Amino acid sequence: MEWETVIGLEIHVQLSTQSKIFSGASTAFGAAPNSQACAIDLAMPGTLPVANEQAFRFAVMFGLAMNAEIGKRSVFERKNYFYPDLPKGYQTTQLEEPIVGPGVIDIELENGETKSIRLHHAHLEEDAGKSLHEDYQGMSGIDLNRAGTPLIEIVSEPDMRSAEEAVAYLKKIHSIITYLGISDGEMSQGSMRCDANVSVRLKGEEEYGTRCEIKNINSFKFVEKAINVEVERQIDLIEDGGKVVQETRLYDADKNETRSMRSKEVANDYRYFPCPDLLPVILDDDYIAEIKSKLPELPDAKRDRFVSDYGLSSYDATVLTAERATADYFESVAKTSGEPKLAANWVMVDLAAYLNKSEQKLADCPVSAKHLAQLIARIKDGTISGKIAKQVFEAMTNGEGDPDSIIEKRGLKQVSDTGAIEKMVDEVIANNQAQVDNYKNADEKKRPKMLGFFVGQIMKASKGQANPQAVNEILLKKLNEQ
Amino acid sequence: MHTKTIAQLIEGLRSKEFSSVELTRHYLQRIKERDGTYNSYITVTEEAALAQAEAADQRLAAGDDNPLCGIPIAHKDIFCTTGIRTSCGSKMLDNFIAPYDATIVENYQKAGAVMLGKTNMDEFAMGSSNETSYYGPVKNPWNTNCVPGGSSGGSAAAVAALLAPAATASDTGGSIRQPAALCNLTGLKPTYGRVSRWGMIAFASSLDQAGTLTRTAEDSAIMLNAMASFDAKDSTCVDEPLEDYTAKLGDSLQGLTIGIPEEYFGEGLNPQTAERVQAAIKVYESLGATTKSISLPHTHLAVPAYYVIAPAECSANLSRFDGVRYGHRCDDPKDLADLYKRSRGEGFGDEVKRRILVGTYALSAGYYDAYYNKAQQVRRLIKQDFVDAFNQVDVVLGPTSPSPAFEFGAKSDDPVAMYLEDIYTIATNLAGLPGLSIPCGMVDNKPVGLQLIGNYFAESKLLNVAHQFQLATDFHQQLAPETA
Repeated sequence: MEWETVIGLEIHVQLSTQSKIFSGASTAFGAAPNSQACAIDLAMPGTLPVANEQAFRFAVMFGLAMNAEIGKRSVFERKNYFYPDLPKGYQTTQLEEPIVGPGVIDIELENGETKSIRLHHAHLEEDAGKSLHEDYQGMSGIDLNRAGTPLIEIVSEPDMRSAEEAVAYLKKIHSIITYLGISDGEMSQGSMRCDANVSVRLKGEEEYGTRCEIKNINSFKFVEKAINVEVERQIDLIEDGGKVVQETRLYDADKNETRSMRSKEVANDYRYFPCPDLLPVILDDDYIAEIKSKLPELPDAKRDRFVSDYGLSSYDATVLTAERATADYFESVAKTSGEPKLAANWVMVDLAAYLNKSEQKLADCPVSAKHLAQLIARIKDGTISGKIAKQVFEAMTNGEGDPDSIIEKRGLKQVSDTGAIEKMVDEVIANNQAQVDNYKNADEKKRPKMLGFFVGQIMKASKGQANPQAVNEILLKKLNEQ
Repeated sequence: MHTKTIAQLIEGLRSKEFSSVELTRHYLQRIKERDGTYNSYITVTEEAALAQAEAADQRLAAGDDNPLCGIPIAHKDIFCTTGIRTSCGSKMLDNFIAPYDATIVENYQKAGAVMLGKTNMDEFAMGSSNETSYYGPVKNPWNTNCVPGGSSGGSAAAVAALLAPAATASDTGGSIRQPAALCNLTGLKPTYGRVSRWGMIAFASSLDQAGTLTRTAEDSAIMLNAMASFDAKDSTCVDEPLEDYTAKLGDSLQGLTIGIPEEYFGEGLNPQTAERVQAAIKVYESLGATTKSISLPHTHLAVPAYYVIAPAECSANLSRFDGVRYGHRCDDPKDLADLYKRSRGEGFGDEVKRRILVGTYALSAGYYDAYYNKAQQVRRLIKQDFVDAFNQVDVVLGPTSPSPAFEFGAKSDDPVAMYLEDIYTIATNLAGLPGLSIPCGMVDNKPVGLQLIGNYFAESKLLNVAHQFQLATDFHQQLAPETA
């Protein structure tokens, strides 16, 4: 039997507004518990919500970036349930009339193909607080700093057919929200969280299988693993004659398994109804047009421009534009150095390897774009060789300063002085008479290969600083004179 | 001093007949001596009142021209007051002290008014008799065997017993106008959105509106001048230009058209009450107004629609009272469910629970369309009735409540009979219109209220229509026995 996986994602993104969606309290991450919860966030009696315009602006930016319909009339509703970290006893969210309607985006797959994923809708809502169950001797602590933080919930159609596609879509959304600057997209801090609706069906089948929702997956890696392990579970279950039960499941990263969170029997009735404290929000065309005119360049457009302006391959351009920070960094290096291809190589290979190894973000990287451009310029003008450049780069990552002062301080300047190189060549020839004889006696065709030995010796003697081209020329001349 | 209206007290303060401190002391003394009978106050803020009165006297001496400067008033205990308990008539909030003032409380403070205390009310403003208060029932100064009406029964009794010259109140389905009618007062519910709801504990957000209980329409206008404001903290507050609501009080009623809805004089209306209202119509005709019979065809649907919408909203509004952050918490909760069940079970009274249950039911999956959606459709029809009416008439006139004050316990076992108390007032809240009740005579020594309903933001006109009636009659000047 051949199975097909069907995946839809619900992604919660915290919007990086200064204040909360319905109050003036700060949304900054990491403050002391309950220090950023005002009377409104605490749902004190008599307090009332006032919608944050910036949250609407961000949501509209997102909608426009997703080629989606913008809800010119959007309505907040109350989703009723009791939980200690939900102070009002309801979450203010949108249901029937969301701020962002249907849309579509393309994702790039590893085989180079692109695929369209449809957006069902995206809506604005408030985040809940946090319940803390450790450290309170059998009791629970509540931190309401997060309560009221603006979220957009982005709901896709069930258009993804593998965990890889789901991750590519998630990365695309991540890329769009960070390009727009509407969220920091930090999955580790909960700024972006993902629920995956997963089902399987026999290939060719039209009906969807029964789905399970895996809640609150907080990294790209776990999204892939959670979906794969859930797909495996569902297929095994069906093939053993069982049936998938519609339910909410939790992914346990330690055990790499999903397990049931709630039984289907206690389906919540959230009793949604329009929030009478908040009027419908009406956006006019001018407002939307004004936001549209200020949208930054988005990943796809940037990728195409990198291909045409810098002559990069489509693959390189895609990699470099996946994150706005990387794209901006690359572009700065490319422009300052005037060497886009070298810049692309350094950013994608050396810089990426360094960041990966040191587990750093580009923002925290000690190597500035300006310095990397300088380094590339020094290769280009022959001050150092590509090989020495790697040493300089390493020194730069250690915070030793700009490339010029590192080259100076460490004396790494390439030796192009013919006299000095001649001296080194003479010494090497004198000290390796046997190899010189072999060379002289060797067949003309074998000689270039044998030359490598002498070059290596000279480079060693020069600590790699001798200009390789000059070494080659002088060496050939001297050997032929022997 | 206590028989004076606010307009007269303002004169007294300006002419230095008495100071604000003297006036305030006098009221505090009366409350101390007499409120044992009526139970109209939950909290009396003597010290704070005297401090405010002293400050007001200084302002007056410095030439402050704010009319309410130095005038003592009482606030319904639904309005949050910094540092002073705001109970909303419930055990749930018996220990609740807000760290903020309601906007209207702030507005009166800025005007220089002195707060005497917080008045009794039906629990969470749910009731029409003031019998559901955790702090005990309020007695009607006109007949202490009878209810003062509700939910602003404490505010009404305090003003009728001359224990405050005026009081703030709130009206979700008639909670200002019905007690005004039962206590011979002028009760004004402004247009929805005219007055900020910030700091007023919500019962049904789309219907709640703060207003005033006074002895005259002129006093209502003076009170509304300070109360009304645009408030960015309340998204439903409307940014309409403010006006001086006393400015039109001298206008003639010549050429005014008054609509008399036939539906307000049908079955269920006490015949003697109907007579008083009919007599009032004659007064208006004698003042030069034209009366016109109109129809508000969806009137019979107002009570059922209201008793879906208001409970639905209250079921969500009251979810925040969960024993977690403030308010009543049960002793030794075993677990989370126990904390919720017992805190809410112990903290809320029966009427509040009844409405939470009704509202929860009306919003439940499978019932939402049949109840909540249908009720919202009815609400639009009722609103349209009034829009059509105001194309033909300037104000709508009718009885405020079907009969005069009833005895304690008479309706407390029959929720539907109690709900019908508001049959003439509820439609105004559903439509968001301003409504007002003024005294129009007595039945069995009990006051009868005349209701006037105005168009949106037509408070000035509405107040003048009431004022002209009060210039021509003396019903409003009659005082409850043993109060002078």
